[in-house]
Amino acid sequence: MLEVRGLKVSYGGITAVKGIDLEVTAGELVTLIGANGAGKTTTLKALAGLLRPAAGRIHYNGDDVTALPAFQLVRRGLALVPEGRGVFGRLTVEENLAMGAYSRRDRARIGADFDRVYERFPRLAERRRQLAGTLSGGEQQMLAIGRALMSRPSLLLLDEPSMGLAPLMVQRIFETIRRIAAEGVTLLLVEQNAKLALEACDRGYVMESGVIALADSAPRLLANPQVRQAYLGE
Amino acid sequence: MPSLLDRWQQLKRDRRVVWAAYIALALLLVALPFVTDWAFGRTWVRIAAFVLLYVMLALGLNIVVGYAGLLDLGYVAFFAVGAYFYALLASPHFDVHLPFWLLLPLGAAFACVFGVLLGAPTLRLRGDYLAIVTLGFGEIIRIFLVNLNAPVNITNGPQGINLIDPVRLGDFSLAQTHSLLGASFPAVYNYYYLFLVLTLAVVFVSLRLEDSRIGRAWVAIREDEVAAAATGINTRNVKLLAFAMGASFGGVSGGLFSGFQGFVSPESFTIIESVMILCMVVLGGMGHIPGVILGTVLLVVLPEALRHLGPWQQALFGRVLADPADLRLLVFGLALILVMMLRPSGLWPSSTRRREFAAKGEEARHGKQSVYDAAR
Repeated sequence: MLEVRGLKVSYGGITAVKGIDLEVTAGELVTLIGANGAGKTTTLKALAGLLRPAAGRIHYNGDDVTALPAFQLVRRGLALVPEGRGVFGRLTVEENLAMGAYSRRDRARIGADFDRVYERFPRLAERRRQLAGTLSGGEQQMLAIGRALMSRPSLLLLDEPSMGLAPLMVQRIFETIRRIAAEGVTLLLVEQNAKLALEACDRGYVMESGVIALADSAPRLLANPQVRQAYLGE
Repeated sequence: MPSLLDRWQQLKRDRRVVWAAYIALALLLVALPFVTDWAFGRTWVRIAAFVLLYVMLALGLNIVVGYAGLLDLGYVAFFAVGAYFYALLASPHFDVHLPFWLLLPLGAAFACVFGVLLGAPTLRLRGDYLAIVTLGFGEIIRIFLVNLNAPVNITNGPQGINLIDPVRLGDFSLAQTHSLLGASFPAVYNYYYLFLVLTLAVVFVSLRLEDSRIGRAWVAIREDEVAAAATGINTRNVKLLAFAMGASFGGVSGGLFSGFQGFVSPESFTIIESVMILCMVVLGGMGHIPGVILGTVLLVVLPEALRHLGPWQQALFGRVLADPADLRLLVFGLALILVMMLRPSGLWPSSTRRREFAAKGEEARHGKQSVYDAAR
């Protein structure tokens, strides 16, 4: 579904991603873990079309989408839940979700998708008229995920969904992620919480200062002594 | 204590009250020149016409600053572009005299082009950085107007352009006194009514934009640009459109200003003008059309009214204690500070903004909600 070859991304003179290869097959739940500043978010932003790669190719569903801007990728079913959630603070919960369906034309089905998001996140249904900026961090993360789902993605990129959340909330977010995957959405998850991410996912990539250091199935990465030492604190 | 606004909200539920209010407002706007002329003199009819010009400007800037959240400190440049466009193509300066109905849309389109010219290179800038560039842009336009009189005289430099054609619709010149149904309509009245019609058009366009796909895209960009792009908004085009729309409102207003005044010079387009227009938007309530209009009315009328501080002092104390010009600015500044302290979301904010500030107050009183709240 997603195939990345030799991806390089730079900010001005600094190369944050130094030529990585990455693959996500349809139906998979894949994670990209690594320390702060390893280039995970940059990678994700480039995949979502928010940053222009300096080199390399990105193929999505067989098409070369390397130079496509984000709004065109959303139309093709590739959605990003940005880091730090990025909800529209001065819009209501409902308006935020409506923005998620911005690129869609099929009005009739949007209504049904609203109901599905509210079913999935009853907290959001309770607060649909509340301003998103007044929600708690966990609720905002739910909203950001719900908003991305409103675009009916076939590939969902999640950037640090557990960031800054209470442990219980993190559990819940990961449950949600697993359920979304079970419903047939392919997921690529960027996480700092390596243990949780690897436990939830099928496969994982370990990123270190701009390159992929390891790529393996999640159980094998969890058992890998290097990973255990560097990311699981053992 | 129920505030005036709350009571209005209650009344608004009754359709008849709403219609009565609209009709009263319409009658007031139509009768305004006659009433003000009778009560305060002809100067105030002129001021009323200027209020309308500024409403158009402020609503234009409101698109850029209020909706799209792009801080533009050089907005007066578009007013200048519109004014000079009209002045150059309808005056003895080049001896070109294009008709008004052609000049107005062309002027708007021309200002639009300048909007894109400013927007395109600043697409990646936000906040303070954008403010600095737009500020520079405003000054560049003004300095061009001052200096484009050599080697080829285009703008006639600091002297400005004189004897600009008055607005004429077919054979109907707004500069002449007309009479209708026994009432006489001097030039200022005619301009007032023309401006009124165009202002209503601008208000209408603003209202429609606010409640459109584009309007929502602007607000999304204002709130979070990355997230807006991630939800499928073509942020580049949508931002350019904000600049272009805002600029075109400025262009229309500028053209009308030229025809009304009969004279333009670079002096009218200084940075202070940009700041004043921005104040109108912010004071009334950013992003809320009635608020912006209220802010504009106050900021145009207040300085004029404060001119009377001199005579009042004379009457009260028998002599002028403080120079009215200085006092005017002092009172004006004080009023602005008070408004910002007491009503930080503006005098008449949108319901969303009001709720937001209310929520913040609540938070401050009860301490911020804990993240654990959500997990319960």
